[in-house]
Amino acid sequence: MGFSTWIRMGGYALFVWPAYGIAAAALGLLAAGTIRRYRMAQRRLAQLTVPRRGEDA
Amino acid sequence: MHRFANPARFMRISQILLPWLSLVTILLLTAGLVLALIVAPPDYQQGESVRIMFVHVPAAWMAMCAYSTLAAASAAALIWRHPLAEIAAEETAPLGAVFTGLCLVSGSLWGEPMWGTWWAWDARMTSVLVLFFLYLGYMALLNAFDDPTRGRRAAAILALVGFVNVPIIKFSVDWWNTLHQPASVLRLGGPAIDPSILAPLLVMALAFTLLFVTLLVVRMRAALMERKIRALDAAAGGALG
Repeated sequence: MGFSTWIRMGGYALFVWPAYGIAAAALGLLAAGTIRRYRMAQRRLAQLTVPRRGEDA
Repeated sequence: MHRFANPARFMRISQILLPWLSLVTILLLTAGLVLALIVAPPDYQQGESVRIMFVHVPAAWMAMCAYSTLAAASAAALIWRHPLAEIAAEETAPLGAVFTGLCLVSGSLWGEPMWGTWWAWDARMTSVLVLFFLYLGYMALLNAFDDPTRGRRAAAILALVGFVNVPIIKFSVDWWNTLHQPASVLRLGGPAIDPSILAPLLVMALAFTLLFVTLLVVRMRAALMERKIRALDAAAGGALG
């Protein structure tokens, strides 16, 4: 099967590719948002828990 | 169970598991996509449009699996008032909503070429749409009260009442005349699908399941850290005041 045949998806390209594209976009955005939120929380918590200069002395 | 539901223990265990979970999820998603888009043959009736099923069916399974998780966590939160169960329920809802939305959209994209319509008010589709609204309702209710405890309790009750919809979705194809075919994978007598189609379907289903678990663990860790941040901020504010 050639590349152009594969891309055409037997005449169903207009349905198959959007299904995969929307799935990739939705799950990708969900994962990206989750990772961003996690990193922000991690950074903020580190700022709050690292003892400030002179505090622990 | 209570022993493992300790937030500090959860943070410790999940930190060890997370890199492995992420790695296996990425590998399975890659393998699933190769099988679904390249290896799997076209169906003798549906042609290449069968490839939409490799997204649609796992998304549908995850929509119901996530709701079952949401209901179980809500029950645990209501009965034992456990903070980890509360967080698990709150963090499951957006994930379940995305999988349900994906199920509806991919189903619509398959329905147009196969059934000649983007949407029909058949029992399976309507009950999945109700599931989507249940997720949205849960998230709206969670934030609808000034007192977060009341919001959590109201949302947990909605999650439990809404669980009645899960068996309705599963058995809708048997109870009513619908456009959807009867169960063809999870049924007595084994799957009715050819192994060449079943294998990619199961790999994608496993990949979606692991993606859900991985994202849920990361979101729960983030939520626990955010609670700690709020407590530290409040303590700092109190000390200043």
